[in-house]
Amino acid sequence: MLIFEKSREGRGCSILPPCDVEVYEAAPEFSRQKPLHLPQMAEVDIERHYTQLAAKAHGVNDGFYPLGSCTMKYNPRVNEQTASMSKFTHVHPLQPLDTLQGSLQVLQETEKALNAITGMSRFTFQPAAGAHGEFTGLLLIKAYHLANGDTQRTKIIVPDSAHGTNPASAVMAGMSVINTASDERGCVDVEKLRQICEGEEGKEIAGLMLTNPNTAGLFDPNILEITEIIHGCGGQVYYDGANLNAIMGVARPGDMGFDCVHLNLHKTFSTPHGGGGPGAGPVGCKEHLAKFLPGLVTEEKDGKLVFVKPEQSLGEMKNFYGNFLVVVKALTYIKMLGAEGIAAASENAVLNANYMMAKLRDKYDIAFDTKICMHEFVMDLSRLLKETGVSAMDIAKGLLDHGIHPPTMYFPLTVHEALMVEPTETESRETLDEAIQVLEGLYDLAFSDPEALHDAPHTTPVSRLDEVGAARHPVLRYAFE
Amino acid sequence: MGTFVPNTKAQQQEMLREIGLGSSDELFADVPDQVRLKNGLDLPEGMSEMEVLRSMAEIAAKNRVFRSVFRGAGAYRHYVPATVNAVMSNETLQTAYTPYQAEISQGVLQSIFEYQTMICELTGMDVSNASVYDGGTAAAEAVALCRERKRNKALVSACVQPGVLDVIRTYCFGNNMELEVIPARDGVTDAQALQGMLDDTVACVLIQQPNYYGRLEDAQAIGEMAHAAKAKYIMSVNPISLGVLKTPAEYGADVAVGDGQPLGLPMAFGGPYLGFMASTDAMKRKLPGRIVGQTTDTKGRTGYVLTLQAREQHIRREKASSNICSNQALCALAVGVYLSTLGPEGLREAAVQCTSKAHYMAGELAKAGLTVEEGEFFHEFVTKADVPAARILDALQEKGILGGLPLDGDEGSRILWCCTEMNTKKDIDEVVAVIKEVLAC
Repeated sequence: MLIFEKSREGRGCSILPPCDVEVYEAAPEFSRQKPLHLPQMAEVDIERHYTQLAAKAHGVNDGFYPLGSCTMKYNPRVNEQTASMSKFTHVHPLQPLDTLQGSLQVLQETEKALNAITGMSRFTFQPAAGAHGEFTGLLLIKAYHLANGDTQRTKIIVPDSAHGTNPASAVMAGMSVINTASDERGCVDVEKLRQICEGEEGKEIAGLMLTNPNTAGLFDPNILEITEIIHGCGGQVYYDGANLNAIMGVARPGDMGFDCVHLNLHKTFSTPHGGGGPGAGPVGCKEHLAKFLPGLVTEEKDGKLVFVKPEQSLGEMKNFYGNFLVVVKALTYIKMLGAEGIAAASENAVLNANYMMAKLRDKYDIAFDTKICMHEFVMDLSRLLKETGVSAMDIAKGLLDHGIHPPTMYFPLTVHEALMVEPTETESRETLDEAIQVLEGLYDLAFSDPEALHDAPHTTPVSRLDEVGAARHPVLRYAFE
Repeated sequence: MGTFVPNTKAQQQEMLREIGLGSSDELFADVPDQVRLKNGLDLPEGMSEMEVLRSMAEIAAKNRVFRSVFRGAGAYRHYVPATVNAVMSNETLQTAYTPYQAEISQGVLQSIFEYQTMICELTGMDVSNASVYDGGTAAAEAVALCRERKRNKALVSACVQPGVLDVIRTYCFGNNMELEVIPARDGVTDAQALQGMLDDTVACVLIQQPNYYGRLEDAQAIGEMAHAAKAKYIMSVNPISLGVLKTPAEYGADVAVGDGQPLGLPMAFGGPYLGFMASTDAMKRKLPGRIVGQTTDTKGRTGYVLTLQAREQHIRREKASSNICSNQALCALAVGVYLSTLGPEGLREAAVQCTSKAHYMAGELAKAGLTVEEGEFFHEFVTKADVPAARILDALQEKGILGGLPLDGDEGSRILWCCTEMNTKKDIDEVVAVIKEVLAC
């Protein structure tokens, strides 16, 4: 039941004291005439309402969450504790800087740690999410080319296996997209890339956007050659940090030849997703791009931390300094794990993925016939669909009946019946074994009783929903009488 | 070192053996030797939870929390009811992913549907999305949304929050839209100047109500001018003010945006906040971001799904209306709880108290000898003085009071003040007394 249907005229909570000054009323020409329908609720009913909503949701603590490319690792509770310290939550962003030294130190320490992990020189924390980070990174590249007088560099190369945000961000940055097909291993087709960059189009190339490991969970072994080719034609290379969780302490984007990166603190650095945000998508870059960074960067001056505007800053991506409390959570996590713990996180993320892949390949086909994957792998259910009529979607919905959040479905687009599995390092072997067993059981069920899977899920608050109807006749708000 | 890895060393070895690998190094066989990090990460050693808490508390202690705050300018200190933090710390709602798997995400989806309804009610608009990053990006996305093939220019008032104008400018740098700033005149948008700037290349006109200086714009007239030139009309509004002030819909706006921070989110050094964004029905298929719709399941039960996804990046890639993916869902949840807790009367009361206290304070400051800039305002206003702003603000800071925002640097004298329901008469009188002292010497 919607909260509006629970509302009763005259109910409410006792929140505000009486007004202690003379009441001022705005002139009638400025006054609201339209009635305002908001819930009228007793506090107990508000709290129960949201408790009921939570019962119809699935969080990381409700069970295994192997959602590929999303890195649904455990969100440590200590993060929440530090981010709710009143000295972080109760400060105004425009206070004098000498009263904000703690906040600036959080930014400075986090920047230092992210530089060490990625091999970059400077970071901005303004971007609020991964896609916002991509947009920021592309604007950095744009500003760089324009400063060099390269106004014709407006094309960005994006592999067909990339996240949809990559091409969408490129368009927002005023760039046109050259989609390149992957090779049979799912990696960048180096020869095709060379043709583009060494041909006529080379001087129009702004850069390349790449995830490494890529969305098939593979580390591109030709990475140095790839970044060299792009640099060779005058382009810049952008690292989409969606998959950084595979390689921390093993390899750094900076050493692979990337010029700038965005990271998802809400994936790799354990801050919660909040049902779709707030995240944080800080962008790092090498020295030659640093002077174009948006917003303000921290510097030390006479023993104090100050904010400095980069000399050729591209502008502001967002008000103030980004989703600061998310950065506090990420710093808490980094401090707790330290150098060894962070490397161990990646190592175990990759181990868990390989363990699951090895066990599941008896039944499921692994896309690109991968032998060793990184932190995630992709199962291709095309054969299962052909033999049983059971699709990736059906298997995913079947998992819901077992309390397991399904893997990412139908992505990357280069694999037809894709299920992309990312177990993360914070799952025990017991949890993995249980999930493997469930997936094997569903595979067998596809042959013995495919109908049961077409109708799944059976145990959730609602069954499959009519998405076509929802889009055709949109009901996007509650209609009051 | 701290760790959140449950598998023991022995288990890790066992797992490696079972999948036919000799060592964990073999997991990274695809990583070329030239890019392998040789000496580990250059980071401090890890810590226990107790040590981390201590370390973070030490850092936090270097911030100063003012007991009394009279500064707004885009971030506002309002009362946050206990219900809000209670719901926001619910671990399921806090740790859930974007609700792609609708069958197990009805709670999240329904909360967004309720949020959308409340934003429509507040603004009077027809359709709301599930939120964008903040008020600045909401304004910038709104400008992009109004672009048409032959209309590539945005006119934005000089009286919008400077940070918001900067974000719009950056987004226009990205998508190559033209941006012209409508000048200010006497603290409000210069309507006469606007008239001269309108032509058939203008996609939209954007103003802020109340504007950056707290002043109420003649939003009716500006909207009519925009529409007469067939441009879209975007209003950036303060959500608390809508408890008493005319809605964007009543002014004829096509798109209403703003920052939702005043509705239950702490100031938190600037974020996370959320941007709300609502439009007329005619524009709903161009809106950026997630939108939740009501539908039915196979058994006819009511349910909710992400809808109109043909606008979005994961379907349309380079043809999407925006790249936005993650938004500020948990903040939108907070807004829902906040508005449910205050209710229609509570929100109205909060708005009345904001504007009443600001007017009381403006009156007292005028009596004390400051010049209050003239014109109708909501809960922010500008003063001038014969002394530099810094002298007044330093004197206040010594008493633990964060005064208004100096508008012209240290040497200028203009100050932008803000009052909310949090400022008691006693706090205001204290500020006035301090200022009297400063002016007396």
